[in-house]
Amino acid sequence: MARDNLPTRAPAVIARGLRKAFAGHAVLRDFSLEIAPGEFVALLGRSGSGKSTFLRILAALDPEVDGYVRVPARRAVVFQEPRLQPWQRVLRNVVIGLPRGARSEASGRAALDEVGLSGRAAAWPRTLSGGEAQRVALARALVREPQLLLLDEPFGALDALTRLRMHALLLDLHRRHMPAVLLVTHDVDEAIALADRVVVLTEGRLSLDLPVGYDRPRPRGDARYNALRTRLLAELGVRES
Amino acid sequence: MISALFRRPLALEPQLEPQPEPRQPARPVEPAGAALVDPTRARTARRAGSRVPRAVQRLAGPLLLLALWQALALLDVFDPRTTPSPGKVLAAAWGLLASGELQAHLLASLARVAQGLALGLAAGTAAAVAAGLSRVGENTIDANMEILRAVPNFALLPVLIAWFGIGEEPKVALIAMSVLVAVYINTYSAIRNVDAGLVEAAQIFGAGRRELITAVILPGALPGFLVGLRLALTGAWLALIFAETINAPTGLGRLMSDAREYFRIDVIFVLLAVYALLGLASLAVVRLLEARLLTWRRAFDGA
Repeated sequence: MARDNLPTRAPAVIARGLRKAFAGHAVLRDFSLEIAPGEFVALLGRSGSGKSTFLRILAALDPEVDGYVRVPARRAVVFQEPRLQPWQRVLRNVVIGLPRGARSEASGRAALDEVGLSGRAAAWPRTLSGGEAQRVALARALVREPQLLLLDEPFGALDALTRLRMHALLLDLHRRHMPAVLLVTHDVDEAIALADRVVVLTEGRLSLDLPVGYDRPRPRGDARYNALRTRLLAELGVRES
Repeated sequence: MISALFRRPLALEPQLEPQPEPRQPARPVEPAGAALVDPTRARTARRAGSRVPRAVQRLAGPLLLLALWQALALLDVFDPRTTPSPGKVLAAAWGLLASGELQAHLLASLARVAQGLALGLAAGTAAAVAAGLSRVGENTIDANMEILRAVPNFALLPVLIAWFGIGEEPKVALIAMSVLVAVYINTYSAIRNVDAGLVEAAQIFGAGRRELITAVILPGALPGFLVGLRLALTGAWLALIFAETINAPTGLGRLMSDAREYFRIDVIFVLLAVYALLGLASLAVVRLLEARLLTWRRAFDGA
């Protein structure tokens, strides 16, 4: 539904001509990207390519950047590590930063319910499994009803089975809440399975901008899937025999 | 428990190495179960060992030492003028308790430690929070604290006496100083070492400065504070002994110097035992606090 009017609406993210260097080494040079409201974009790149730097800029964690960048007011981030406060119970972690009170608590519980963890509201974070902790991190992001959801390799530390389950959950949540999503990942399969559009960051620039172009689910091994996969891997400098 | 852990791989050895009995091609003849070992066998052994409570097991060492001491004393190995038997020490303790002397002096010392502890804790925590949370605080406080830490605490005693006289004040001040330094150093570094990723996450999700401090930084620094408290308590008893060497009308230190003067070696041993018990009791208090305040961690450490 929201996807239909994507082209007519103003972008949720505008980044134009971003430049960023660390100690003389240019990480972003003239990097531009727009994300439409509700659009799911996967940003691929080799490690150290600056994709996390770009995400941190969008998250307002890194103000030292040249260029033009605009993001929505309501943003949320999920990092590779869950980053839950170990001394706060799960529910308190979900509603951190929200005004204290019954309303926040209720929406926190609703968010936990959405990620299937309504039973763990009173648990200590350290008693959770990796997948559960990351689901709490997702709930913590969702409870703010973000217009832009920033995901920094959120499933990188999870085992393969948990990762697949998290993919399904993420797609489900995206369908329901329709935030613009930027998923930073180095996993080509993850990008194809989840995103509406896959972009590749190479040497500080956007080197490829590829709409996935067909509906989910996108089973592996299908011809379209393989074509995309080969194309993306080639862009990342990997050639499969 | 450790020996049980070592025993297990040993029991498996014959199975890992088929060489020991090369003449006997036992495998097809004997049932497979004969060559196998029960890997859970160590379980029963461990259970039998833990039937006695851990606390009682821990007492075994000191009790053994006491028994040995008593036995050697009975055999006249020690000169009773320099080393009384445990029995004599107990008798002396009983005498001091019956006369109410020990209680009165103990109470006086406890009051000093309590006051010094309260002062030092308040000042040390406040200084650590101020220095830990703000650049201005760090600039004004931290270097001074480093200097104070570098000066041996007891070297301050003459100055404290000059300032406060020889009453209660310099004694309490000395205790407070040692508490202050221990609490400050540990709490400050704990605040500074709170995981930056957690702070960042809290900020992203809209935590204001106040919530950041109360929900992230201070709880994150709490384990470090408790380490400081543990050291502070040890330091407080040390400072007490030292402080009570100066003109103390009451207190354990007074009792100690009296005992020294009248060659009551048995009383000195009683006092050593009292100091030991006080030290152990303070550590127990900190452990209790840790168990109550760090429940979130226990879930993890207990595993």
